[in-house]
Amino acid sequence: MAEPIQLSRYIESFVDSSRSPTQQAASLEAIASLLKNNQLTIETLVREMEGYLTTVDNIIRARGILLLGEVLVRLASKPLGDATIHSLIGFFTDRLADWRALRGALVGCLALMRRKSSGGMVSGSDAKAVAESYLQNLQVQSLGQYERKLSFELMECLLERYPNAVASLGDTLIYGICESVDGEKDPHCLMLTFHIIEVLSRLFPDPSDALAGFAHELFEILGCYFPIHFTHQKDEDMTIKRDDLARALMLAFSSTPLFEPYAIPLLLEKLSSSLPSAKLDSLRYLTDCTMKYGADRMAKHIEAIWSSLKEAIFTSLDSVLLFTPESLEGPDLPKNEIAAEALSLLQKLIVQNTKLFLDLIVGDEDISMIFNTISNYKNYHEIPLERKQRLNAVGRILFTTAKASQVSCNRVFECFFSRLMDILGLSARNSSGQPYFDESILISKRCNHGALYLSIEILSACRDMIASSETILAATSHTEETWKYLLQSFSPALTMGFCSAFICSSEGTHDAATYIGVKGLLILATFPGGYSLISKTVFEKILVTFVSIINEEYSKRLSWKLALKALGEIGSFIERYHESEKEPSYMDIVVEKILSLAFVGDFGIPFPLRLEALSDIGTSGRSYMLKVVQGLEEAIYANLYEVYVHGSTSSAEIVTHLLKCYSDKVIPWVHCEKGFEEVLLQFAINIWNQIENSTHFNASQTNKKGVLDVMMKAMKLAVANCSEEKQNIIVQKSYNILSSSISFPLEELLLQERFQIAQEVDDSSSRDEWILSLFAAVTIAVHPQTHIPNTRSIVSLFMTTLLKGNVVAAQALGSMVNKLDLKSTRGQTSSDCTLEEAMDIILNLSLWIFDMNSSSSIQSKMISVHDTGLNDLSNGVGSCTSLQIHAILGLAWIGKGLLMRGHEKVNDITMVFLRCLQSSGRTGISHQEKSISENNYKLDLHNSVMKTAADAFQILIGDCEQCLNREFLAIIRPLYKQRFFSTIMPVLQSLVMKLEPLSRSFLFRASAHVIIDTPLIVVLSDTKKVIPMLLDGLFVLSNDVVDKDVLYGLLLVLSGILMDKNGQEAVSDSAHTVVNCLVDLTRYLHMTLVRETAMQCLIAISGLSHARIYPMRTQVLQAVIKALDDPKRAVRREAVRCRQAWASIASRSLHF
Amino acid sequence: MVSGLINANPIVYEKKERRVRNEAAVPDEYAVEPIDQLEIFYHIRDIKDPEHPYSLEELKVITEDAIEVDNERSYVRVTFTPTVEHCSMATVIGLCLRVKLMRSLPSRYKMDIRVAPGTHATEAAVNKQLNDKERVAAALENPNLLDMVDECLAPSYA
Repeated sequence: MAEPIQLSRYIESFVDSSRSPTQQAASLEAIASLLKNNQLTIETLVREMEGYLTTVDNIIRARGILLLGEVLVRLASKPLGDATIHSLIGFFTDRLADWRALRGALVGCLALMRRKSSGGMVSGSDAKAVAESYLQNLQVQSLGQYERKLSFELMECLLERYPNAVASLGDTLIYGICESVDGEKDPHCLMLTFHIIEVLSRLFPDPSDALAGFAHELFEILGCYFPIHFTHQKDEDMTIKRDDLARALMLAFSSTPLFEPYAIPLLLEKLSSSLPSAKLDSLRYLTDCTMKYGADRMAKHIEAIWSSLKEAIFTSLDSVLLFTPESLEGPDLPKNEIAAEALSLLQKLIVQNTKLFLDLIVGDEDISMIFNTISNYKNYHEIPLERKQRLNAVGRILFTTAKASQVSCNRVFECFFSRLMDILGLSARNSSGQPYFDESILISKRCNHGALYLSIEILSACRDMIASSETILAATSHTEETWKYLLQSFSPALTMGFCSAFICSSEGTHDAATYIGVKGLLILATFPGGYSLISKTVFEKILVTFVSIINEEYSKRLSWKLALKALGEIGSFIERYHESEKEPSYMDIVVEKILSLAFVGDFGIPFPLRLEALSDIGTSGRSYMLKVVQGLEEAIYANLYEVYVHGSTSSAEIVTHLLKCYSDKVIPWVHCEKGFEEVLLQFAINIWNQIENSTHFNASQTNKKGVLDVMMKAMKLAVANCSEEKQNIIVQKSYNILSSSISFPLEELLLQERFQIAQEVDDSSSRDEWILSLFAAVTIAVHPQTHIPNTRSIVSLFMTTLLKGNVVAAQALGSMVNKLDLKSTRGQTSSDCTLEEAMDIILNLSLWIFDMNSSSSIQSKMISVHDTGLNDLSNGVGSCTSLQIHAILGLAWIGKGLLMRGHEKVNDITMVFLRCLQSSGRTGISHQEKSISENNYKLDLHNSVMKTAADAFQILIGDCEQCLNREFLAIIRPLYKQRFFSTIMPVLQSLVMKLEPLSRSFLFRASAHVIIDTPLIVVLSDTKKVIPMLLDGLFVLSNDVVDKDVLYGLLLVLSGILMDKNGQEAVSDSAHTVVNCLVDLTRYLHMTLVRETAMQCLIAISGLSHARIYPMRTQVLQAVIKALDDPKRAVRREAVRCRQAWASIASRSLHF
Repeated sequence: MVSGLINANPIVYEKKERRVRNEAAVPDEYAVEPIDQLEIFYHIRDIKDPEHPYSLEELKVITEDAIEVDNERSYVRVTFTPTVEHCSMATVIGLCLRVKLMRSLPSRYKMDIRVAPGTHATEAAVNKQLNDKERVAAALENPNLLDMVDECLAPSYA
């Protein structure tokens, strides 16, 4: 037991209103925890508090009762005895009459009423007593907001948890509720009142009940809130939104059918309002009420509803139909929310009261008028705008009606469809599908766009209705339906009608005609249920029509696109609904024809269009894609054969397109579809087989490059999308072909020989080069786990090739190095090697001997090769520069592979580059004795080597599309760029001082590449050190036009720094040099973007501290004034802003 | 100062959609884009009216067609239309236009700012005042006036 003194101190501290709220809350918690831990009983507490609960001091009594109430809230889960609860609830019930201490009483009642049955609940009779006291004593509307909310919560709780107890109060209860909710305005309370009315109505479901007498009164209270007008600001009341209130009110509206006589007229009245939100709400409420009030009650209002609804649809729908390929099979819902709600309400009403409503629609004068007038306009574009909107609305109404049910569909077909057929002059007579009446006479009548449009709406509704019914009904079950009979008899004629829309369209090119024609045919073709509704002849005729458009009308972009889209839709429809009857026709007519496009030579259609058709048809279904892929591959092989054997230029061009299509469309599709890897495997294997078999190889030099590039791309993608085991198969296959056709520079070969290989310009046959390049492509794309045979020799082979300037070989080597195992995992054969070993081969091979003159010294170099291999590269100056350049590029790719996996050997490679950059001084001295001209020549060559070494950093750190990326499964260590940046930048910085000017400029170039490709956030963390390098880099790069893109990249980094807050602080010290540099760049002639960005940087600098930038003001303004007359508009615009920014830092005058 | 607004209830027009220039697909890095009507209009369209929170464009005080430019001869003429005939703000609007163009165009340009003929009661006087260098310079020495001008120009730098 707690000490009484302590307890009374807690109580005192809570009751004393002079204490701070935190103290009060703390003492409340303390008391609650005492009770929870059984250190105190409720009885003791009450006895202890007796004085506070009964005192005549209002404030203290109120606090005391509140304390008791709050304590009970915290004891919600603690079991309490029935007697305790009874006496407590009795106390609080009494206290409801005490308006001065009401809050505590409400909190206490609420806490007790909400108790779960497990811990003891308030009994029914007690609850009734609470309700009685509530109704008798509480004047809810005269209370404050918080007390009102509590009272409503209490009432809600009573109604929900003790419905039987309170229901027996009958009229008194309803009257009391009416009184308490009347005039409520607070949103939180309103949420509760709406819910109270909803629950109350549920309590008295019977119309003969007490509620009936009060329905009108209750609805008057409710009705004045509709439509919800919510003026609270956003920040004021985040918890309750307008939509919440609207939904709560809607549930209250629809809670009892007794509201029907009052609610429906009100809603209809508000529906005609001009406020869109009121309209929308009315429609939603009507929909909800329709469902809840029931058919009989709604029947009374049906006419009124129909006329309002019609009005709403007529006015809200867009007047313009879209004629784009995207809308051909788009969602049917109109964009306008009001129209969408109205149509959904219409559908519900039709389902509910089919007979009555259909009579209204059929007899409607507005609709009849549209039908009477559409024949006046032949062309869609002739119809006036207002009438178009009407037409569109009628179309949507008919669509909704026909879609609602079988019965309504019958009715629509009976009344409207036949009328349309009359207007179009189509008859059921020629149901055989043969066009035996005179085309020319009826053609004008038939392409009445308005009528065609309405037929499309009805047909598509009918189609959707069948498709949405659970199972696609067997044909026999429809026999008695009118729509089926009409559809069957008219479909051939309709097909003719839609076709003639095309014919008309050829006279004047109208989008509407084409669109309507295609859409109509598409809908006819996609009726489910095999050939039972649409005969085979009709279906095939439709397909033939579309295919002929594809074949012939490629000059009309829109109709061609529409036809292709429609064919794609039909294809995916057949696939989706498993229309096995239709599939053969589709295969024969569409897929075969389209496939032939890939083969037939110069036949008009531009090649890109053919491929678009092919891939669109292919992607519409799996079976078509297989067929398309097959055809595409055959075409590729056939054309490749031509290229290999005859060196045909035209075939080369075709095969380039085909392969592009294959890698852009087919491979991504296979990647998404899953389970088609086999296709890619076969493709790769077949390509290899073909090249193996073509022993006479005549691919001419001119077209070779393009074809080889796309072939490699396709090969890379195909391999990358295969699983590991399939890759193994491909690698094995390609290795066999490679080894049978190319002599490997095996390790045992003398260095001498290999050296010669490196020197031979291009003696290997072009076939070997193709094989090698394709093999390189395979190597680039494999998984790290895929086994590459005879790694050692292949590494040597690539090494030799890259020295000839083959970049792909270098990339392949980079990828291999990136993916090789660090340790051997499987039973290693002598030809395999780990990364360490491969690196040894790469770094130590004497391929790096360049000095041609000293052939005699090769022997000696061979001996020292193991230590000096790398040094030779950097020292062998002048003699064979191109070889050096190739070697550096190769090393760069290898370095990239290492860098990405985070291997430390990359440091050796960067050291080579750095030594290249430094070496010019030494060579200058060593060649002093030679003639000046020769020396200059050498120096010049050497410059290009140094430039390559500087640019190698771009390869090292930049992203690459061709290889070493995620797509080609490279091993990428997180944050590798950051790591590289933080290791290399200090080295570069320390070198700056040591070098002579020429080398230094290349050093800046190298660091520019590093800075550009490092993520900005990393650069920002080291701004102070980077800035000097960056500025010097900008200076060096601005000297040559060729470097403008690099310059721009670097400038963007600077602007990124200047836009960042921390960056600005760091720049602040060197503001003067930065400004100088930027001012120079505002005059950079070769790139507008550079000038524009420089200007923006200057604006950013004007935000630095005043003392820093004031001295530069004159200089900047002078430069800016020149820029006001810049040839480019964008620069001038920035100059104006810049001038304003700088002019206003000191005085606003224009002069300085 | 005048008490009350000169034109308490001006007609506000909708802003014209910002016309996008047809840029060449492959921009020529060295081609010259001369200063033209539209560019001048972009400089001054967002200047705020001195007594309303609307831009001169919204009040149709200036339109694209009321601007004449000759880039070769470095000459620009802006003709503006005050909202009411007796508008005493016409000189302030004119001053704003002049200052904005002075700050935005190269110094080789000569500017001519005038009230559209027949739209202002003291047309000649206003025109004379606006194109008198001395008087413009003197006006800009007046801190109150300069504050007013700067406030009007602020939105046009956004």
